[in-house]
Amino acid sequence: MQEFSLERMIQELEGLLGDKVRTGSDQFFTVLYIDPAALTILMGKLRDEYGFNHLANLTSVDYGEEFEMVYHLYSIPDNNKVLVKTRVPRTLAELDSLISLWPTADWQEREVYDLMGIKFKGHPNLVRVLLPEDFEGHPLRKDYLMGGRK
Amino acid sequence: MLETDIYTVNVGPIHPSTHGGLHVEAIMDGEIIQDVVVHLGYVHRSVEKIAEGKTYQQFVPYTARLDYLATNLPVLGYCQAVEKLLGIEVPERAEYIRVIMAELSRIASHQIAISATGIDLGATTGLMYGMRDRERIMNIFEMTGGQRLLSSYIRIGGVAADIPDEFIPAVKSLVQDIPRMMEEYNGLMTGNEIWAARMEGVGILAPETAIQYGVTGPNLRASGIAYDLRKAEPYGIYDRFDFDLPLGKRGDSLDRWQVRIDEIGQSGRIIEQALKAMPEGEIKAKVPKVLKPAAGKEVYHRIESAKGELGYYIVSDGSSKPYRLHVRAPSFINLMVLPVICRGGVFQDIITNIATLDPILGESDR
Amino acid sequence: MVLDAKNGNKLQDVDELARNNILVTTFEKLWNWGRSWSFWPLNYGCNCCPIEVMAAGAGRFDQARFGYEVVRAVPRQADLLTVAGPITLKMKPAVLRVWAQMPEPKWVIAMGNCAISGGPFKDGYSVLPGVDSIIPVDVYIPGCPVRPEALFHGMLELKKKVQQGDYRRS
Repeated sequence: MQEFSLERMIQELEGLLGDKVRTGSDQFFTVLYIDPAALTILMGKLRDEYGFNHLANLTSVDYGEEFEMVYHLYSIPDNNKVLVKTRVPRTLAELDSLISLWPTADWQEREVYDLMGIKFKGHPNLVRVLLPEDFEGHPLRKDYLMGGRK
Repeated sequence: MLETDIYTVNVGPIHPSTHGGLHVEAIMDGEIIQDVVVHLGYVHRSVEKIAEGKTYQQFVPYTARLDYLATNLPVLGYCQAVEKLLGIEVPERAEYIRVIMAELSRIASHQIAISATGIDLGATTGLMYGMRDRERIMNIFEMTGGQRLLSSYIRIGGVAADIPDEFIPAVKSLVQDIPRMMEEYNGLMTGNEIWAARMEGVGILAPETAIQYGVTGPNLRASGIAYDLRKAEPYGIYDRFDFDLPLGKRGDSLDRWQVRIDEIGQSGRIIEQALKAMPEGEIKAKVPKVLKPAAGKEVYHRIESAKGELGYYIVSDGSSKPYRLHVRAPSFINLMVLPVICRGGVFQDIITNIATLDPILGESDR
Repeated sequence: MVLDAKNGNKLQDVDELARNNILVTTFEKLWNWGRSWSFWPLNYGCNCCPIEVMAAGAGRFDQARFGYEVVRAVPRQADLLTVAGPITLKMKPAVLRVWAQMPEPKWVIAMGNCAISGGPFKDGYSVLPGVDSIIPVDVYIPGCPVRPEALFHGMLELKKKVQQGDYRRS
């Protein structure tokens, strides 16, 4: 296998996915902004061809009109890292599940569904994990106000 | 032939061996486990939502209550994440004190893991030995932070106050006693025939499965993978210390048990080196009263907690409160592998596997 | 005053009897004495406070010197429920069920700020504002977490209550 090179990876991914992917970087990570429809293809490539075998963190942020899904990927033992982000509209909050690529996505996606309300297509057991089954609402959304449980 | 049926046995959430409020449903065919379903959420305290209503400094005590057995580790992770966000540099003396407190917390956490495994498997004396030795660490925490269990001694920018005079002799005498402690734990429990019969070959976790399921920490190292964030992605001043990573060979419960005992010894080495090299100086950086990171800035900072990779994902919107704070809890993710390692075993192996995976439900449910 | 058959049914003083090693009491006082000197706590807890309960049971603080070391795992054999830690929405039916399974007379200690009022998590959406919103409580012990010495103080206060007969009967 070739030596891992971030530039080569970005070049190859941009060549493969065209305008569905956009790269950026912040102080700590190289960021790949991907279209939700191409998420599984990108993640499959990252795991199989570039060695990102450790999905460290999977979470979501509520930005009002859209939800942003955030994935922090690392490789063991080479210690490369990359950050993948994608956005879904609030009115149709659905995304492909990554459970077939990394089984660790199982409960993390259930937690995002439980607390933020995003549905994951292809997840075999998408039920609430932290709150009781009969709880109503998705508390981490910005329109769920705190304070004053009855 | 006799007709048999599948039945379900519930373990927990109110159970002496479930480390908090863990509810495990065991689906059994006779004595053999067909499947295990884990139910979480009994200790869900909505910490991530509360974080959006508190300032960065106000949230520090909440992080201590996440992993309450190794309290300085989650507090350290959070403070370092906020310092990364704001670009604050911590003074040298504070860094060394932080390393000592973090490694003491790691020892305390492993001592409880050892004690709890002891009592879960029926060896009550194991509980007493571990708790007795841990009391010395509780004294040290009380001497510095004022609190035995949940000291928020580590703060954003450094530590809360300078160490008192009794600190260094107390830590030195503790470090000198660590080989004796390890010998006692090994002598009492590890070498015991019944212990080996209950732990050897039980709950084998293959290394590829461990990585796929995101397992980190001593559980991953017991399966033979030498991955420790203190060496792979050093944070603070961990790159200055010399220590080994105890590894397991088979990935079974006995390996997970042995790795934790050996890690106590390695933590002792780090503390010794830190005590020698600690300089004089400031113990807290100049931090503004109101912390306002730049809008749109985000950070994912991860540390090697006693349970595995503990990560903080903080998004700032320019105000004094975080816009989003997510805790990547190692216990939550490590527990995902419990059904995998329990299938095919017998019922009592569930207790052994939970004990050696060492989950903390406060962190797992947040 | 007690009738004494041996001495021709003359009334005898309780103190004089005591000097002859005869104690006079009611069944109520006898049961209260026995109950108060050895509560059987239920092994319950989730969160930070039960770690201090464990420390209280271990060698340094040692609850056995007060008589409270018989910790039962089964609610039907326990009479003291020490609610340590917050009660979350999911835990509420479990606590109610366990409390209902305990036989009378039973006592409840609310240990820690989370059990008293929700504690630091009372702003959250999933923590109940105190365990006394679902079951009656006898003693409240504040603290976050409660030190083992404070736990003993609370148990000794409960002991005083029980010895005086000042507790709920069903």
